[in-house]
Amino acid sequence: MSDTIIRAEGLGKAYRISHEVAPSHDRFSEMITDRARRLFGASKNTDPTVEKFWALRGVSFDIREGEVVGIIGRNGAGKSTLLKILSRITEPTEGRAEIRGRVASLLEVGTGFHPELTGRENIFLNGAILGMSRTEIRRKFDDIVSFADVEKFLDTPVKRYSSGMHARLAFAVASFVEPEILIVDEVLAVGDAEFQKRCLGRMSDIADSGRTVIFVSHNLNTVSQLCTNGILIQNGQIVAKDNINNCIKAYISSGERPGGGDVYEPHAVHLQTKSRIVFAEVSSKEELSRNHFPIGASITFKIKVRVGRGEGSLRLGIAITSRDGLRITTLFSNNDENTLGYFAQGDELAFTCGIGGASLAAGQYYIKLSLDEVTQKMPIDVIENALSFSVSTPSIEPFPKIQGAGLLHFQQNWRVTKIK
Amino acid sequence: MKEKTLILEPGRADKEYWRDLWRYRELFFVLAWRDISARYKQTVVGVLWAVLQPVLTMIVMTLVFSKLAGLPSEGAAPYAIMVYAAMLPWQFFANSLSASGNSLVGNARLISKIYFPRLVIPTASVITAFIDFLIAFVILLALMGIYNFWPSWRLLTLPVFTCIAFLAAIGPGLLLASLNVKYRDFRYVIPFIVQFGLYISPVGFSTSIVREKLGEALFMIYALNPMVGVIDGFRWAILGAEATVYWPGLAISLAAISLFLWLGITRFRRTEKTFADVI
Repeated sequence: MSDTIIRAEGLGKAYRISHEVAPSHDRFSEMITDRARRLFGASKNTDPTVEKFWALRGVSFDIREGEVVGIIGRNGAGKSTLLKILSRITEPTEGRAEIRGRVASLLEVGTGFHPELTGRENIFLNGAILGMSRTEIRRKFDDIVSFADVEKFLDTPVKRYSSGMHARLAFAVASFVEPEILIVDEVLAVGDAEFQKRCLGRMSDIADSGRTVIFVSHNLNTVSQLCTNGILIQNGQIVAKDNINNCIKAYISSGERPGGGDVYEPHAVHLQTKSRIVFAEVSSKEELSRNHFPIGASITFKIKVRVGRGEGSLRLGIAITSRDGLRITTLFSNNDENTLGYFAQGDELAFTCGIGGASLAAGQYYIKLSLDEVTQKMPIDVIENALSFSVSTPSIEPFPKIQGAGLLHFQQNWRVTKIK
Repeated sequence: MKEKTLILEPGRADKEYWRDLWRYRELFFVLAWRDISARYKQTVVGVLWAVLQPVLTMIVMTLVFSKLAGLPSEGAAPYAIMVYAAMLPWQFFANSLSASGNSLVGNARLISKIYFPRLVIPTASVITAFIDFLIAFVILLALMGIYNFWPSWRLLTLPVFTCIAFLAAIGPGLLLASLNVKYRDFRYVIPFIVQFGLYISPVGFSTSIVREKLGEALFMIYALNPMVGVIDGFRWAILGAEATVYWPGLAISLAAISLFLWLGITRFRRTEKTFADVI
């Protein structure tokens, strides 16, 4: 069976962006003065502060029934815009798409959860928001509860839930929606490792059940495990549509990531109302080559963040993970009080964090970045595999590379004496 | 099992918009239920609040307009009941207007993450105001008992006027809601309309006084305020033979209601597709 279930022809989406510090047209009074200014001379089209930005343009593809497609690309490449068009949240500016079948989109976990309502009530609320009928929810209720593992807290308001429980319940509800086409964006970026594993299992069950799934994630591992085919988007255009492994290869070889640099397509960051990590870099004065450091080098992370609406107090987290996924440490920006303060929308912050003292053993390391609003529980922005770097013993050492050295490297003072 | 093809195109007029709206009726009830249960959970005095607000306002207005200013009531109806008969639709109107006007911004996350006909949100938000209205209505019955004032068959027509009050609120409500998405300072406009409206609407005094003082011609302009017709209707239904309705005035109010409704719906429908982009 290879029926085309989604066909996109020349899809495009343009946003108007203004180049001022704060978005201006948010105030009615400003619109009035603006109109008045235009009335007295200034013509409409020459307004230099407003520019059209194509978040997506000329995007065409076919997706067949039962296909599991991973969409990859840098932040701001247009992935989310594409998902929003396909799930009817926003309208394309040009082109057209044909969709045959019921679509459910999970662009966020826990959309519409109400903190005052109990777990039980939120299951019904969230289910209905995701398009389930009441009888459908009732039928799946027990499965949802046992998957989320919240039996004891069903009648507790979710505001008293831990963030882990919250995420589990939200994902559970979402994963029991059964449309013909499922659109999923980054839902696995929440919860602990154990729960992520369960989510992944659930996702592959869904993928195996013959439904058409469109999946976006920064976690390339997850994408390659779940998806058969991939679409690589860069600067709002499709640069590859192939089987998933080829797409991932093309993605890795195309960009600076995971080496570092702009995390966001530089233009697209203006469209964001939430705070975003826009740039990430790791370096060392003693570096051997790019992102390649000798053992014991002091390493510096430089992360730039653009502050969003109403998010004045931010905390940046830098998590260092080993190749086999073991979390070695997480560096939080508020461990040093100086970096915590109040900021306005549009501000750009540079977080610099130098680490030393302990040193990593030879190996490959991966960096996950997360950004929290201090007063909220859920992260605002999370970038899996934002950076990677390797540590190795300097080649000048008299011994060949040591394998299996573990994770940490200590300064060692050996002395061997003959005692007998 | 397969539904028919959905086509996404710029500017495509959704011919199936209203059918879609019907398909999402379950979401409508769930959102309404969420607002109600969240509201009565958060405030211990939820019900009490719905009662206190109209009753206290009624007492103050009765004291000021009847005792101090010495204005006459409608026919022989007790002044308190006449005021309360106007407080009912006024509170319903004011609460519905602010609820629907702020509803889209309050549900911003929902709008930017899920598709559904956006009209569901402002209309569902009115339900909370309706529940308050029902609670306040029970007080009216109690008040009638106290004054030993018996309603006539006309009380049965009250649902019709309640519907009109709903339409009077939802029209400007939709207009404000869609403006609020783009221009956030409209949230300051809503409390102003509500406060100002209470002064210029015939809540504390009878419309016949206004007509006497203004004359017929000016009264027609006064009746452009949709609430003039609605309040007249409520008094006609509640006060029975004591109240008279000035039908041309009611017709003008109905015309104003229809105009606002048309404006609200068209503006809402036109901007609805961009909500997710600008909210």
